[in-house]
Amino acid sequence: MTDATLATRKPFLSEGQRNGLIAGGVLALFIAALVVATQTGTITRNDWIYKIFVDPFVSMVDMPDLLVQTVWEGFVAGVLYSLIALGFVLIFKASGVFNFAQGIMVVFAALSLVGFYEFLTLTMGLPPGFVAAIVAMAGALGIMFVLAVAVERIVLRPLVNQPDIIMLMATVGLTYFLIGFGEYIFGGSPKVMITSQLGLPTGSTMLDFAGGRINIQHLDVAAAVIAAVMIGVLGFFFQYTRIGRALRAVADSHKAALSVGISLNQIWVIVWFTAGIVALLTGIMWGARSDVSFALEIIALKALPVLIVGGFTSIPGAIVGGLIIGVGEKLGEFYWGPLLGGGIESWLAYIIALMFLMFRPQGLFGEKIIERI
Amino acid sequence: MKTTSLALGLGLGLVAGFAAVSPVGAQESINFVHNTYRTGAFSGSGIPVADGVRDYFTMLNNRDGGIGGVRINFEECETQYDTRRSVECWEQAKAKNSVVYVPWSTGAALATIPRAHIDKMPIFSMAYGLSASAVGGTFPWVFNPPLTYWDGASVWIQYIAQREGGLANLRGKTIGLVLLDAPFGREPIPVLEALAREHGFTLKTYPIPPAEMQNQSSTWLAIRRDRTDWVLVQGWGAMNPTAVREAGRTGFPRDKVIGIWWAGGDDDARPAGPDARGYLALSWHQVGTNFPVIQDILRHVVDRGQSNSAREKIGENLYNRGVYQGMLIAEAIRNAQRLSGKRVVTGEDVRRGFEALNITAARWTELGAPDFAAPVALSCEDHNGHHAAFVIQWDGTKWNRASDWIRPDRARIRPLLEDAARAFATSNAGWPARSESCDQRS
Repeated sequence: MTDATLATRKPFLSEGQRNGLIAGGVLALFIAALVVATQTGTITRNDWIYKIFVDPFVSMVDMPDLLVQTVWEGFVAGVLYSLIALGFVLIFKASGVFNFAQGIMVVFAALSLVGFYEFLTLTMGLPPGFVAAIVAMAGALGIMFVLAVAVERIVLRPLVNQPDIIMLMATVGLTYFLIGFGEYIFGGSPKVMITSQLGLPTGSTMLDFAGGRINIQHLDVAAAVIAAVMIGVLGFFFQYTRIGRALRAVADSHKAALSVGISLNQIWVIVWFTAGIVALLTGIMWGARSDVSFALEIIALKALPVLIVGGFTSIPGAIVGGLIIGVGEKLGEFYWGPLLGGGIESWLAYIIALMFLMFRPQGLFGEKIIERI
Repeated sequence: MKTTSLALGLGLGLVAGFAAVSPVGAQESINFVHNTYRTGAFSGSGIPVADGVRDYFTMLNNRDGGIGGVRINFEECETQYDTRRSVECWEQAKAKNSVVYVPWSTGAALATIPRAHIDKMPIFSMAYGLSASAVGGTFPWVFNPPLTYWDGASVWIQYIAQREGGLANLRGKTIGLVLLDAPFGREPIPVLEALAREHGFTLKTYPIPPAEMQNQSSTWLAIRRDRTDWVLVQGWGAMNPTAVREAGRTGFPRDKVIGIWWAGGDDDARPAGPDARGYLALSWHQVGTNFPVIQDILRHVVDRGQSNSAREKIGENLYNRGVYQGMLIAEAIRNAQRLSGKRVVTGEDVRRGFEALNITAARWTELGAPDFAAPVALSCEDHNGHHAAFVIQWDGTKWNRASDWIRPDRARIRPLLEDAARAFATSNAGWPARSESCDQRS
């Protein structure tokens, strides 16, 4: 056999498959060893190894209703994280900027909606209800549009061709401006989201399952459906429309896009407005779970681990990343949290993200960056 | 438009504030710099408190020309519930000769306690802060009436025992504590652990990291898994409305969720709508506007457009708590004037004024607040009083009183506090022995 034939012969398994098989084998051996050790009494309920590796799975099997409920809560949280991450991805794709202001845009959009609604019903005398809520929604969208135009004119246009770090700092500045401006206009008092006025369902359904019960909130179902529709529409918009193609061209290269006559300014306005719409939806959904206040801004930090997993440039990545982080952190908190005294999910999300980073530094769906020296 | 009127009110308030400040510089005045957080993640709890205390002192200035004929120069220092900013506010208060420092944050109280005896500025941390600072022998400059978190824990367990039909029935029960993962949240744990050992119930703690305040679904799932019978909420800011909502979402009986007094804001329960009905919290003063003092605030401050608060929020629970705090501080200033014989008192005088604090039921009536709260008395030894509290319940639109006065188990709590104070003094090398003299009560 010559060297040439050796080199061209296709291996039986690819490297990835081989590694997968080895990892699976080790895992199976480990599980078998644990089962044997537990059955023979080598490890007991009080051993840490039992508490970490056996007990959580035993309780998953014993109480399947709680497992399903946890996964469902994780799924809903994941969808909501995806929505936040989507706002970051849209702007990053179009302008290469990590938009530090996305979190405060969520607060600003939600406050605009509630503020408009209060203005319409209390001052203008519109009867409270669906119509007023829809008008308020239109008003809030208008504000997000004005914000997008203003950001493009005042912040982005003068900074074309500046290094990315300058753009990032500009969004940091925008954040603090919006915090102050928002507090000046709306005050710091928390407000109640107009959930039912918007026609969003409230209440819940109890499902009997495996001897237990699963509690499905109608609002959570609506959130998942709306997020899915939103993501579908955005995907279609950016994949199949002229503007979408222009956007992708801008994402690839500002200069090349300009050279074929794409208006950078127009694209930026569209992208920031879209991010504003996403922010409004995010604000409605999170606001409905708590209240509408400046504390909502913290929620935006949840997007970071999602972006690490999903990559900064991929819409599907934001969705899958959100779901992985959401389900992963809820399962982790619920089954392993008590071992560490609880309250672990805020950093657990980053641990999950870092594990992904070890194997795919560019994120699940991110573009592999090859920089040649 | 409400928002415009709010902004307008804020603007007017500022203008009025400046207008009031400038001529006062020439006159006699007592400076009082008060920490607030009208902005940031905890503004939902911070605003009503700040409005209540501010309106009370504005009312005293407008109605009586201040205290003892001296105007109170009330200033706010914005902290955003951030300990670093709160310490900066200490410096600001010191520079302006504030007669008292009001941290409005347990973290800030802990950070400034070692400075109080050096800068001669008393700390007034009303029912928060370091529980052990109730011991006046060790902490002559710190006051935390009317009760500590440790007393709160005792009241919690006594109330649960009442509902369960006696302390003996607590055996085998599981009581959960949902807490903000911060110094404030962890304060009641030692006493709850001791009570759990004594009465045979299981204590489960569910810490909520500040970044997850609005994201509590796994916590409430864990409560369901642990078959927790009662849930105590040691929360603040956006954590509270989220906890009430989650209790509703998971179907946990709301009348078995009891917040600490800081989890009893109207804005904590209101956002959850019908889901909040039945939710309980501790308190030590009444709600509503049906008191002469609140009517005076409406007449002398709100009607003149000098309040930052929306009219309908006056009389809400946290607003009235701000008023309550204002009344205690004003009374301490009055005592200081009497004890020192001076009209313009200093921080050192007000420290003595706090130790002489004695608001009886008759005095509450004189202050325009009959039956507003229980009598409060402090002494040189006891800077807290361990006074009684009661339980309030949300009926869907407002708070109502839901229990009699419950006295904390003082005989049990006080020795624990004294141990903790001794431990504080030994672990902080060079902690000074009390050198401040004690005024005999007249």
